[in-house]
Amino acid sequence: MAAPTLSRRAAPAGGRPAGRRRTGREDFGRALRRNLTAHGFLIGAVLCFTLFSWYPMVREFILAFQKNEDGETVWAGWSNLSYIVNDPAFWQAWRNTFAFTGLALLLGFAVPFAVAIVLNEFRHGRAYLRILVYLPVMLPPVASVLLFKYFYDPGHGLFNRILETFGLPAQDWLQSGDTAMVSVVIAATWMNMGAATLIYLAALQGIPGELYEAAELDGAGLFRKIWHVTIPQTRLILSLMLLMQIIATMQVFVEPFLLTGGAGPENSTLTVVQLIYQYAFTFNNYGSAAALGVVLMLVLAVFSAAFVRLDRGSED
Amino acid sequence: MAEGQRTLISPAVLARPRGKALYWTAFALVMAVFTLVFIGPLYWMVTSGLKSSQEFAQTPPTLVPGEVQPENYSEAWSVLDLAQLLLNTCVYAFGALAFMLVFDVAAAYSLSKLRPVLGKVILGAMLATLMIPATVLVVPQYLTVLDVPLVERNLINSPWVIWLPAVTNAFNIFLLKRFFDSIPRELMDAAAMDGASPLRTLRSIVLPMSRPILGVVSIFAVVAVWKDFLWPMLTLPDPSKQTLNVGIYSLGASVPENQLIAALAIASVPTSVIFLVFQRNIMHGLTAGSLKG
Repeated sequence: MAAPTLSRRAAPAGGRPAGRRRTGREDFGRALRRNLTAHGFLIGAVLCFTLFSWYPMVREFILAFQKNEDGETVWAGWSNLSYIVNDPAFWQAWRNTFAFTGLALLLGFAVPFAVAIVLNEFRHGRAYLRILVYLPVMLPPVASVLLFKYFYDPGHGLFNRILETFGLPAQDWLQSGDTAMVSVVIAATWMNMGAATLIYLAALQGIPGELYEAAELDGAGLFRKIWHVTIPQTRLILSLMLLMQIIATMQVFVEPFLLTGGAGPENSTLTVVQLIYQYAFTFNNYGSAAALGVVLMLVLAVFSAAFVRLDRGSED
Repeated sequence: MAEGQRTLISPAVLARPRGKALYWTAFALVMAVFTLVFIGPLYWMVTSGLKSSQEFAQTPPTLVPGEVQPENYSEAWSVLDLAQLLLNTCVYAFGALAFMLVFDVAAAYSLSKLRPVLGKVILGAMLATLMIPATVLVVPQYLTVLDVPLVERNLINSPWVIWLPAVTNAFNIFLLKRFFDSIPRELMDAAAMDGASPLRTLRSIVLPMSRPILGVVSIFAVVAVWKDFLWPMLTLPDPSKQTLNVGIYSLGASVPENQLIAALAIASVPTSVIFLVFQRNIMHGLTAGSLKG
């Protein structure tokens, strides 16, 4: 049988590379060849990462301290930063971004979880319901966003028709500073909730059924079972998704850009990334765009670190 | 699926007549509401694309188009030059897929099985890019493609601008590497003893075993290009080079609304079909990457 020889051969080759333990010219040559081959396989990806990820990352920080004067790039010190901080739009954009994130979490975090819990209870039609929920995720964003734009139309839009049939007052939706942000969040939730729902569904299916039985023996009702079994059992995935959704929603761009043309009525949907876009591609002010980008990066980094620490703390 | 698995509501409660009635009521309600909420907009899109301009603007809107105008679709097709946009998007998506597969599979294979010096550092640096908010890098990335360092070329309006960044997907590399890690080392060593080169081992042992994960990352890569908006809008200003998303957005204001909606319906077909055909793989892929925590 080949098995014993195979395992004898495999043993030194596993774990540590054999070449490193011994010294000598031949082995050095072999190790070099092995490494050259390995790096040859890596080179394409490494070049792409260098060009489109690592170099831009460094460049972002350099750009933040540079500006363009008469076609020449000059060192700007902290002036980009002081410029953006003194721009009234800066604070408006942060307020809007936090509002969007808060609203998006209220809807975009709670709704998929609730939907997953409900879907998980059904013994029928599961595949169909899962496909339904995920379908919008596959649509091109231009299609789903423009659909919502028509639904929001205060004149012949579908949403006001529906409100009317229930005897509710018509809304201005995207046309008014008060409701524009909520409207954007509703559309964004419809477009994106499918992915989160499926991840929660998978997590729910990992909960051992005995836990529910035990809770019932202790006299727990539906909501206490959710609170004491479902949520603790899916805590890991819930907190991970919460962090990912916060980071994703704070970078929102496409939905406000397409729904309200970016800033929206009275700048009500101007988000931080909208402002980065405006600085860079409307005003050609790359320095300020980069400075704001660095601020956003730092805010998200601090936020993630704090979140991870809090999450660790609550586990003990 | 975990059919028959114990969930929130106990089977004993469901077996009672009242439980059964409640279950079926809730089920019917959810089916109706979900169908309305998720299929409704699509139905509206397809039928509004068939309406005449007057009928489209009329209040209250009609549920079923009174006067069917299929020519909206053919007009949208020719006015917006959807054939060109569709072709462009396919070229970008499948080119990106090819680059992603070749470079990311090779990288993941090297990191997993060939174990080069500094391999862990390189993997770490790749994974670190997942922490950086993607939109923050749009400005420096844009400046980079305007004038690529060393080769000094402007990539604006060229397909490279979509193809090459598609490779920088650390999540795909991570998924592939984890899958390759699970392929037993003995197989590789046996192949090496038979004199197979690393490339041959990759081709005849690793790749055939990795079909499921290759399918998942492929679908994600194609769909990502199909859905992207900001990056192609910035880097493909030439209307004849644009993607469906960008082309419809930039020309949309100049065509009648019913034709625009017909164009949206056409643009939605490819990814929806991909999804319906591969939905099983996609669902598995979604959970495979996220759950093992």
